[in-house]
Amino acid sequence: MVQLLIYLAIVLLIVAVSQLARVFELASALKGGLKNKPTEKDNRVNGRLWMVYLISFFAFIIWQFINYGPRTLPEAASESGVKLDWLFNFNMVIIFIVFVITHILLFFFAFKYYGRDKNRATFFPHNNKLELIWTSVPAAVLAVIIFLGLKLWSEITTPANDKTSEVIEIYTKQFDFTIRYAGTDNTLGKANYKLVQGANVLGLDSADANGHDDKIVKGELHLPKNKEISFKIRSQDVIHSVYFPYHRAQMNSVPGMTTMIHFKPTITTAEMRKKLKDDKFDYYILCNKICGTSHYAMKCLVVVDTPEEYAAWLKKQPEFMPSTAVTGGTAIAEPKKDEKGM
Amino acid sequence: MSMDIHATHDHNDAHAGHHDHEHHHEESFVSKYVFSMDHKTISRQFLVTAVIMAVIGMMMSVIFRLQLAWPHEGFALTNFLLGDKWAPKGVLDPNMYMALVTLHGTIMVFMVLTGGLSGTFSNLLIPYQVGARDMASGFLNMLSYWFFFASSLVMLLSCFLETGPASGGWTVYPPLSAVAEFMPGSGLGMTFWLVSMSLFIVSSLLGGLNYIITVINFRTKGMSMTRLPLTVWAFFITAILGVLSFPVLFSAALLLIFDRSFGTSFYLSDIIVNGAPLEQTGGSPILYQHLFWFLGHPEVYIILLPALGLASEIISVNSRKPIFGYRAMIGSMLAIGFLSFIVWGHHMFITGMNPFLGSVFVFTTLLIAIPSAVKAFNYITTLWKGNIQFTPAMLFAVGLVSTFISGGVTGIILADSALDIPVHDTYFVVAHFHIVMGLSAILGMLGGVYHWFPKLFLRKMNKTMGYIHFWITFVCAYGVFFPMHFLGLAGVPRRYYTNSEMPMFDNLMDINVLITCFAILAALGQLLFLFNFFYSIFRGEKSEQNPYNSNTLEWTTPMAHTHGNWPGALPVVHRWPYDYSKPGEEADFIPQTVPLRPGEVDGGGHH
Repeated sequence: MVQLLIYLAIVLLIVAVSQLARVFELASALKGGLKNKPTEKDNRVNGRLWMVYLISFFAFIIWQFINYGPRTLPEAASESGVKLDWLFNFNMVIIFIVFVITHILLFFFAFKYYGRDKNRATFFPHNNKLELIWTSVPAAVLAVIIFLGLKLWSEITTPANDKTSEVIEIYTKQFDFTIRYAGTDNTLGKANYKLVQGANVLGLDSADANGHDDKIVKGELHLPKNKEISFKIRSQDVIHSVYFPYHRAQMNSVPGMTTMIHFKPTITTAEMRKKLKDDKFDYYILCNKICGTSHYAMKCLVVVDTPEEYAAWLKKQPEFMPSTAVTGGTAIAEPKKDEKGM
Repeated sequence: MSMDIHATHDHNDAHAGHHDHEHHHEESFVSKYVFSMDHKTISRQFLVTAVIMAVIGMMMSVIFRLQLAWPHEGFALTNFLLGDKWAPKGVLDPNMYMALVTLHGTIMVFMVLTGGLSGTFSNLLIPYQVGARDMASGFLNMLSYWFFFASSLVMLLSCFLETGPASGGWTVYPPLSAVAEFMPGSGLGMTFWLVSMSLFIVSSLLGGLNYIITVINFRTKGMSMTRLPLTVWAFFITAILGVLSFPVLFSAALLLIFDRSFGTSFYLSDIIVNGAPLEQTGGSPILYQHLFWFLGHPEVYIILLPALGLASEIISVNSRKPIFGYRAMIGSMLAIGFLSFIVWGHHMFITGMNPFLGSVFVFTTLLIAIPSAVKAFNYITTLWKGNIQFTPAMLFAVGLVSTFISGGVTGIILADSALDIPVHDTYFVVAHFHIVMGLSAILGMLGGVYHWFPKLFLRKMNKTMGYIHFWITFVCAYGVFFPMHFLGLAGVPRRYYTNSEMPMFDNLMDINVLITCFAILAALGQLLFLFNFFYSIFRGEKSEQNPYNSNTLEWTTPMAHTHGNWPGALPVVHRWPYDYSKPGEEADFIPQTVPLRPGEVDGGGHH
């Protein structure tokens, strides 16, 4: 149906345009002369259209804020995310003011000074005072923006203290996420990509005792509320991006290196469901760097628990090389559905 | 208005004895239209090629916009254009989606807005506006076009490969683009992409060197650097940026070719392919990003500056006023050009690059806002108390100022590393760069085509169709890209084949439908332009010599494609190009060839 309409529209448009052109040709042949020079009427009509555009453009933007605004991401669910949102909004207000003022001036001038046959423009080639103002004012505003931005940036990127925070590894490959918890020693064991084989999906080095109590879980990330989480991020194949939209955190996973981010979740999944009045709400990690055919489907469920729930859930996950294991083999958990959420 | 001021001076300045340029040897069809070394013909070749590439690039975007608005639905149009293999029952294949996104970006950025924009207008206007008979080297100029043509052809041919064209995004980051197993498009399609880009870089360098030398050495008598129109300044700075940055892209591409075909590992490390470790190891994919963006960021200005240059000229001529702050405009462009080389890291804030290095890039990037703000305010002030003649070109130029501002301000968010984190690689970025770079540049280019059409094809385009074309384009431009900010703020990543796989995006479908409707309307609006363009080439109204009463030198040449541009001696320049509505003068324009009166101060009254 849609394509039929499109075809029809194209055909009609071409017919209309060619007819239109013929009319123009005939009309101008009658008038003679410089038919493609703008007349005063052209200037007036287009000048007014700029005002119409200005008003409808702003109306369209307001409509979008009302309609689409509530559908943007909800309040940040991490400590640094809250600060980031504040600064984001602060900058947005500044740029919005600049946007509105300049657009009113631009379109209003285009309307007010449309060409009249009797008029003559004012010769005004430059003015040092004006130019000084609009060089120094933006410079001063930018100084504030840069200062606040870099202050927050250095706060967010100062490496986490791995002794006091929960260390978790996120391992990406086409097209899923695997999570490794550091276990009771809170230290991740060494890994080597050449050891990735069979069940050892992360290539853990069994000679490193630190890795024996590590817990590997596929496709589901649990986090305790109000605890700093230190993420170590690795990739198996291409560059992916670990994007926590609700926590305002993002870091690429790059084959050949370990990247890091950290944040402190402040709202559990259950609390967020209550706030949004949406029983089905879940946090997610999305892949946000083009990584192949199924890039669009690469995601990982994130569950933020209370510290107690988190401890209980983690306890149930098997260790990589349990010291008491009979088989001595490796274990990778597939999360059970009923453990989701709460 | 007195139309014959310049004509009088043409005769006054004509030095007898140089008339031999008029009577040139007979040229064959091939040397006149195909392998021509004349800057005007080469300019037209670039333009027509770019128009064709733009139509292809635009159709690609319509196809993937259909998929984004109505995922998994079949469209006869999609099936008709892509066939059963890539669009079974009209449903776009995910691999083809990636390929279309990649080629749309590559074609628009390189073939249309770099090759097409600089190629057309630098070639047309540099010799005309500096008062030269042709480019410094007509032969290299001809090669520049044919390398560009070959490059475009190879890019299009890659669409017919069994595994499809390159599909790792227009930035083609390795390892995704380096290992064929990672996606079908990383096979032969990627090889074609690299070959095409290499040819393109050759074309760009040949062109750029020519532009620089012509501006430096071939200015006519009296044409000092501070009497150059801002168009020429813009092309000049653009060419310098290109010459300095494209070789770095070439190195990036070359190392990628080595990694792909010769077993090196510049970009590869710790990778597993099909369950087995890849032998190549020890490189860094981040190296590629540094090399790529060392071109990639100046490239943004390689696209934007020519458009701003064209707009400066169009706005000044049609406001019948000197461009406000001529020297400040030059200074701003130089500052933007310089800064554009030390900001590339802002594309890489979240790649694991050292955060301190990120801070440096935040600082340098935000500095660019200052010269950009100066330019925007200067454009607005040029309109103030003008007597604005709304030719279609003028509408496009004012539109450009709008998109330059509204796309530019969101750059302040993205340049701020901390604020970049939640919106990096989302539709917020897509909105930002399409508005500030894509729309501004294409509006500038279209404005340029309308304005200089008489110099290109000796005829005029139809005005009324131009008006309709502009208003449709400008309404749809914001209709398509403004809502994308909200998608970005809702966390929607770019380059997703569909948003239906993520439950969190289910309530955003109507936004995508709205965007696609505007995109289709915009595409239909361009049919009007295409018709007007091709119709006017052959049947448009014949143009008088100086249709806009402009001051610049290109309008002192007769309305004919004269080899050597001026039938007589080269014009001599006596003043800056912006003496519009000068007090005490009867006419509201004084061509550059008119000598200064006794006591008259040049350059807008620097006392």
